[in-house]
Amino acid sequence: MTQTLQLTQHVATPAGLESIQDALTVEHVTKRFGGQSAVRIRRKPGKVVVAVDDVSLRVRRGEIYGILGANGSGKSTLIRVFATLLLPDAGTARIFGYDAVGEAAVVKRMINRVSVEASLFKKLSAMENLMYAARLYSVNVRAARREIPRLLQALGIPVARIGQPVDKMSRGMQQKVAIARALLTSPVLLLLDEPTTGLDPRSKKDVQQFILELRREHNATVVLTSHDMDEADALCDRLAILDRGKIVVEGTPAELKEKHRLEQGLDREPTLEDVFMEVTGRRLDEEYEEGEGGE
Amino acid sequence: MIASAPLMREIKASYALVERNIHLSKRYWAWEVAFLVYTIAQSLAVVYMADAVPSITHHHVDTRSIVLYLSIGTLTWSYMASLFIAIAESVQWERWEGTIEYSLMAPISRLTYVLGACLFAVIYGLGRTVFVLGALMLTFHLDANAAGLWPALAIVAVGSVSFVGIGIMAATLPLLFTEKGAQMTYVIEACLLLVSGVYYPVTVLPGLLQVASHVSPATYILSGTRTMLLGNPSGSALVGSIVPLVIIGIVTVPLGIWLFAWAEHFAKRTGRLKRTG
Repeated sequence: MTQTLQLTQHVATPAGLESIQDALTVEHVTKRFGGQSAVRIRRKPGKVVVAVDDVSLRVRRGEIYGILGANGSGKSTLIRVFATLLLPDAGTARIFGYDAVGEAAVVKRMINRVSVEASLFKKLSAMENLMYAARLYSVNVRAARREIPRLLQALGIPVARIGQPVDKMSRGMQQKVAIARALLTSPVLLLLDEPTTGLDPRSKKDVQQFILELRREHNATVVLTSHDMDEADALCDRLAILDRGKIVVEGTPAELKEKHRLEQGLDREPTLEDVFMEVTGRRLDEEYEEGEGGE
Repeated sequence: MIASAPLMREIKASYALVERNIHLSKRYWAWEVAFLVYTIAQSLAVVYMADAVPSITHHHVDTRSIVLYLSIGTLTWSYMASLFIAIAESVQWERWEGTIEYSLMAPISRLTYVLGACLFAVIYGLGRTVFVLGALMLTFHLDANAAGLWPALAIVAVGSVSFVGIGIMAATLPLLFTEKGAQMTYVIEACLLLVSGVYYPVTVLPGLLQVASHVSPATYILSGTRTMLLGNPSGSALVGSIVPLVIIGIVTVPLGIWLFAWAEHFAKRTGRLKRTG
């Protein structure tokens, strides 16, 4: 990253947010999949899978909060609930006090999400993809045209590549374009759903540095899901470990490791992976048989 | 860079979809060329049937009116089918690209999203129809009633709105049925083709299909344009074609938008937005 990130506030967010200290308040959120569908496709009701089970958490303004778990643990489902893309069966998720279901229109103006898939139009260029986002989020078009190259360059994408279709870019570059697209809209809450999964070490480091810079320079609140424990340790102020849809432990990385060290009577500093294995009873690379199916 | 007033913001946002789809059409130009060649070949094949009538029946027949009858049918259908498919496939296309969640997470109303898809569909449909018209004019002698041209275009314009409503309804299918939704839209298109009298008068259809023809806006568009271009254009004939189209539009557009919102809610409740099918 050769340039310092400079963002401009584009989107009109509700007034009075400055006084709200909790960026995200989640209370007893439950999400199930399967069962009898409203549109009856099959005669027999499907098997019910509880993807998120009575989750409550609180993310403070300016915090980088990690949600860790193995594949199928419910991380992405939870992020989708925050992003207004899934309706919870029970409980509430509030973003700066606004309900993600009942006040979704306001919430949408405050958030953006980067998922493990870049979710870009593959044949469009980075510039065209970002201009689409700019128009959807009412970012001033002229200013966006000026800002997009600078934003992409700050993420290490050469100017010459900005006009090329994104399917000609590496996965790491595509993911950086997706992150730039999210930043272009200046979200007050950035949801990063495994943003570095599948990236090469260099791209991974770039993205991680960028997340830290984003918080340092702009006091952005970030909710990050990951199954990379080293990444979580390096980036997160606090984190929760999710297992079978439930939060099994929550705290700062240092707190969690110290607690584990004392409980296990270790004479070395444990890793977050040690903590994870203790609280879930499984390895990180184990997947759940019952998942939402594609987390 | 501060957000604009809400209405302007929504209008600009709907242009996002138009611009995006124009860029996509340019990038997928080879597909567009292939699809256009297919449509032109199909249209010419249909109209050549008129020229073939004397050979088939072994009777001398003045084929000019049949050529014109089928040309109006194929041209109008070319436009309406493009319009319908461009709207109906909007969700399916985003599923295929993997962008549906991104677009539906954006802070725009569903009406804005649908309006953007429809605006592009009209531009796209008109563009394709110009090429088909050019091919027909180069191949056949089309001698239509010039006086009826503007009333015929007015009927097509009003009818487009009715067709948009049905297109929006069809666009909900890929939201509800992640794997087979797109195929279902083709079934709807085929049924509309069958009952609307595109290549024949609806009077040749069996009773039940004739009843079904009354609910298809294409029936009124086709009969209206044919009356204007082949028959005697009159004010009463124009009103007679436009009134049912207005009624269908008043019913189908709000119903389509309501259905779309319901289908989105259903997809968000059941987690179907995520699946790529």
